[in-house]
Amino acid sequence: MTTKEKVIDVQNLKVDIDVPAGTLHAVSGISFHVDQGETLCIVGESGCGKSITALALMNLLPKKAKLSADRLQLQGRDMKSISEAEFARLRGDRISMIFQDPMTSLNPVYRVGDQLQEVYTHHGKGGRKEAAERAEYLLEKVGISAPKSRLIQYPHQLSGGLRQRIMIAMTLMCDPALIIADEPTTALDVTIQAQILNTLRNLQKEFKTAMILITHDLGVVARVADKVAVMYAGKFVETGTAMEVFQQPTHPYTQGLMACIPTPGNTGHGRLGSIPGIVPSLVGEMEGCLFRNRCASVRAECEKGAEIPMKMLGEGRGYRCVMSVEECMKRAQVEILSEAS
Amino acid sequence: MNTQTENVAPTMGRTDYPLECRDVSRTFLVGKGMFSEKKTLKAVQNISLRVKRGEVLAVVGESGCGKTTLAKMLLGLLQPSSGEIFMEGIPINEVDIRQIARHVQPVFQDPYSSLNPRKTIESIVSLPLKVHKIGDSASQKRRVEEVLEMCEMPKRLLHSYPSQLSGGQRQRVAIARALVMKPEILVCDEPTSALDVSVQAHILNLLQDLRDELNLTYVFISHNLAVVEHLADTVAVMYLGRLIEYGPKDTIFNDPKHPYTKALLDSFLTPDPTQDVPEIALGRGFPNPLDPPNGCAFHPRCARVMDICSQKRPEQTTVAGIKVECHLYPQIAKAAE
Repeated sequence: MTTKEKVIDVQNLKVDIDVPAGTLHAVSGISFHVDQGETLCIVGESGCGKSITALALMNLLPKKAKLSADRLQLQGRDMKSISEAEFARLRGDRISMIFQDPMTSLNPVYRVGDQLQEVYTHHGKGGRKEAAERAEYLLEKVGISAPKSRLIQYPHQLSGGLRQRIMIAMTLMCDPALIIADEPTTALDVTIQAQILNTLRNLQKEFKTAMILITHDLGVVARVADKVAVMYAGKFVETGTAMEVFQQPTHPYTQGLMACIPTPGNTGHGRLGSIPGIVPSLVGEMEGCLFRNRCASVRAECEKGAEIPMKMLGEGRGYRCVMSVEECMKRAQVEILSEAS
Repeated sequence: MNTQTENVAPTMGRTDYPLECRDVSRTFLVGKGMFSEKKTLKAVQNISLRVKRGEVLAVVGESGCGKTTLAKMLLGLLQPSSGEIFMEGIPINEVDIRQIARHVQPVFQDPYSSLNPRKTIESIVSLPLKVHKIGDSASQKRRVEEVLEMCEMPKRLLHSYPSQLSGGQRQRVAIARALVMKPEILVCDEPTSALDVSVQAHILNLLQDLRDELNLTYVFISHNLAVVEHLADTVAVMYLGRLIEYGPKDTIFNDPKHPYTKALLDSFLTPDPTQDVPEIALGRGFPNPLDPPNGCAFHPRCARVMDICSQKRPEQTTVAGIKVECHLYPQIAKAAE
């Protein structure tokens, strides 16, 4: 048993949204936990439910969405039963979020410093003076030179990279237990992306914060994640450590994703692998494997049953496919051979 | 082939270098405030490059480095402030705008905003033919079906609207629209950056197939180095409006000369879980393009900065087949002489 504290522990999280055509199962039964100082990366394509998962954890879902879970605990505290007012106290204090677009996530009419300090004073951590000191300290931590002069600036005076650094500083104002970062570097240049990821990593190590990083960029996942969860159509289809998932991708979807990315050495004007078809509609009752329409190894079993169960191969390592690991591995080989020819 | 659709083929001569920039600059006047004086923004400065027939030229650099301004000039949509652009050896301002449009076509970044939401796919793709009065409506329809098929779009979507299509399908429509005029050159401005990886792979494969099939030449603007590595033959690296490194892809990716190119390549994250996030030897922050640093524009962020860098702008030199603008190299080149 690990002695590490589970910062967030989620069992069978579901988010259903009522739409005119029926019920949309945005997230259907995902389970995970993140320990102190650990990073979980949730990776998947648009519409797979990554961002809805983040919003569900922040209790920021739209009113139409219904959340259910067998367990939803933050530092051992049940989050399902607490009131909205109590959640408002947790948000920004114990659990905070970095959004994708730094251009729109800061309020344009307030000075950066005021926005940073508000988080601190609002949660009753101290007075304005301490808040200002904390803000300055954190801006320096996130790598902003001359933090004092930045504090009195407005967001429009800052570049995208600087704004995202300020967002990171803001999430850290109350020293939260969990940071949820939803595509934090997608809107930034590659050079800035590497710097921001470095900053995030270093701060996370220093403050022992747990982090859930949501992204579609497998390059980011490989470099940052401790644990990876590949999400497809509202479900985790493969989980494991970054090493396990990248060195032995097992689920056909994960294998497909890996083949799609152009990587050095794998070029020479060769063709990229690709996943045919599109993501299925998540409205209504779903049966069998949701990836079956796009999978080259589809068989009769894939259509049967309410859902394909997750096969666990070890602590936190699993995949959701009817094929055995050997079959999956063989499949990957065949795919590679057919692409090479 | 129908004689009317045959008209689409450009009547311009074919040269080895369908597009060429000679010392091209473009400045913009930017008003800072109501009463303050207007400032000059040098978006593109003294760029010389040639696009070889059938090759993929990738232009890379951070946002704000002038990539898109360069693309617009290559498309004839913007006039250079100084210098000249040649299309098939003819100065572009002597070429009729319709002729340019038949020769070079754009594919834009965002397929959500580059397609008219109130038109059907058929009318979007056939519009260029109608504007150029090519063929009658029957041959136009045939041509539209032909290019959509080339772009792997099912026929049943002809009468759909852009809102009914996925991002990848929209980008296919945008490519089909560009190809309907049978251009020689496609200028693609970040054509896949708004798409998911699996869709991106589809589009990249499609672009490559089309290139083989139609012998197209691409100018490919991107900040995604993985895509550039995959597709390009020649790479042009831009920094603050200047072309700082320019040469064959393999040479640049294996042995980049300019410290900025090195940093750019280092910051490109390959999906390798054994490696950590790289430490990038780049000072923070992109300089203000309205007030660029003296000397070499890159010197405040450069890991190998020298005294001369802040005083004098480096001249372009050729090192191992790569054109590079950096003070690290003139000495080497001179010593070799």
